[in-house]
Amino acid sequence: MKRLSTVVAFLLISGTIFAQNDLLDLLNEETQPEIEFANATFKSTRIMNGHSIERMPSGQLDFRISHRFGRINSGAYEFFGLDQANIRLGLEYGILDWLMAGIGRGTYEKTIDGFLKFTVLRQSSGARSMPVSVSVLSSAAINSLKWADPDRTNYFSSRLSYVHQVLIAPKIISSISLPLSPSFVHRNLVATELDPNDLWSLGAGGRVKITKRVSFNAEYYYLFNPKTYMGQQVLNPLSVGFDIETGGHVFQLIFTNSIAMIEKGFISETTGSWGKGDIHFGFNISRVFSFKK
Amino acid sequence: MLVKMKKIITLLVAIVTLTGTYAQKYVTKNGYIGFYSHTPVEDIKADNNQVAGVLDISTGDLVFQVLIKSFKFEKALMEEHFNENYLESDKFPRSTFTGKITNIASVDFSKPGSYDANVEGDLTIHGVTKKITAKGTLEVTSGSINANSKFTIAPEDYNIKIPNVVRNNIAKTLEVTVNMKYPLAEGK
Repeated sequence: MKRLSTVVAFLLISGTIFAQNDLLDLLNEETQPEIEFANATFKSTRIMNGHSIERMPSGQLDFRISHRFGRINSGAYEFFGLDQANIRLGLEYGILDWLMAGIGRGTYEKTIDGFLKFTVLRQSSGARSMPVSVSVLSSAAINSLKWADPDRTNYFSSRLSYVHQVLIAPKIISSISLPLSPSFVHRNLVATELDPNDLWSLGAGGRVKITKRVSFNAEYYYLFNPKTYMGQQVLNPLSVGFDIETGGHVFQLIFTNSIAMIEKGFISETTGSWGKGDIHFGFNISRVFSFKK
Repeated sequence: MLVKMKKIITLLVAIVTLTGTYAQKYVTKNGYIGFYSHTPVEDIKADNNQVAGVLDISTGDLVFQVLIKSFKFEKALMEEHFNENYLESDKFPRSTFTGKITNIASVDFSKPGSYDANVEGDLTIHGVTKKITAKGTLEVTSGSINANSKFTIAPEDYNIKIPNVVRNNIAKTLEVTVNMKYPLAEGK
């Protein structure tokens, strides 16, 4: 009898203790840990020249205006390169949350380019832990310059080149992201026998946020089989600069030894040397329009 | 003696079972919290349908918890800026409210109807905790208790800095809407 009442008393008391438990604890027990995705690994879909893992979410259109001026070492007569301008205009749209498509037209070799970018993995913590985000980029470009030799038999396919990249990036802490981009460039036709049709490279870089709205970015591509382009030695492209975000726009200010703004151009056809001052100043402006209701 | 003891046991078991099943705490995991900012330049609206909350109807104790990243905006860019620049959801992933319905005694949970509720408590946003008071209603129906409230908060109070460039795009005070539906079947 005594034992029984002890048990009953214990049950009653434990019921009271439960009632006094912090409601927040109850809430934490009740709710499952959620998947927390890392967002804004980069401010824009480009690190500098090259693509970042970021894509436009569905229903968002990114209108991009990019400029690269001439070489800084061209002197005061050329206003340190600003008298020459290369432009690329791009329209890039998020079809689904994991798929975006873009088209563009650039001064460099009068190129029309198009690409598809897929998000394969998203970095997350919480219920599912994934250390990196991974996207895949497939792009094609059409060189629309007049044929160098119109008298020989020219094929349309000779104008085409393709680039495939696996874009990998962890956002290590909220202010630092470190991208790595193994890349493959294929050009159907190259100018000389010395230029390779296929070129393998590895892109690497970093983004460091300086303030909430400004970050320092750097990007470098190591070429595994660099050769020549139009008889000149091809060099590894290096770009450094800043992302500046102002509400609806992202401005990217860039110093780079490449003049081209598409992968085929800056990865495989960079001939400028940082050491000699063959540096181009440039910028990308990104303006996003929302078509989502 | 034995008969008497059996009676006592039955009685005690009945008491324990009753206190056990008599639900006082109601839990929801898909409550709604939204906010709205109106300026002549633009309207900003965000919705979150994954709000977790507990209501203890015996004491009036009330808690909410919400993941900042699950606020959804019309424009993806707004959502990014909300997380990256304003709420800093990497640093402060959650927002919580712990408080009390001060006039819970005036609510008759056995009778369906709408009752006024006065709420006060601590709201934590962006790592800053402030005392707030709000008026709301408790709607008792046969299947659920619905708690609704509308109140305003100022981002500045929570150390959320808005730069001059977008000063005209974001209102000084935001209207917050809370709709929590506690199913009676989920009582604890």
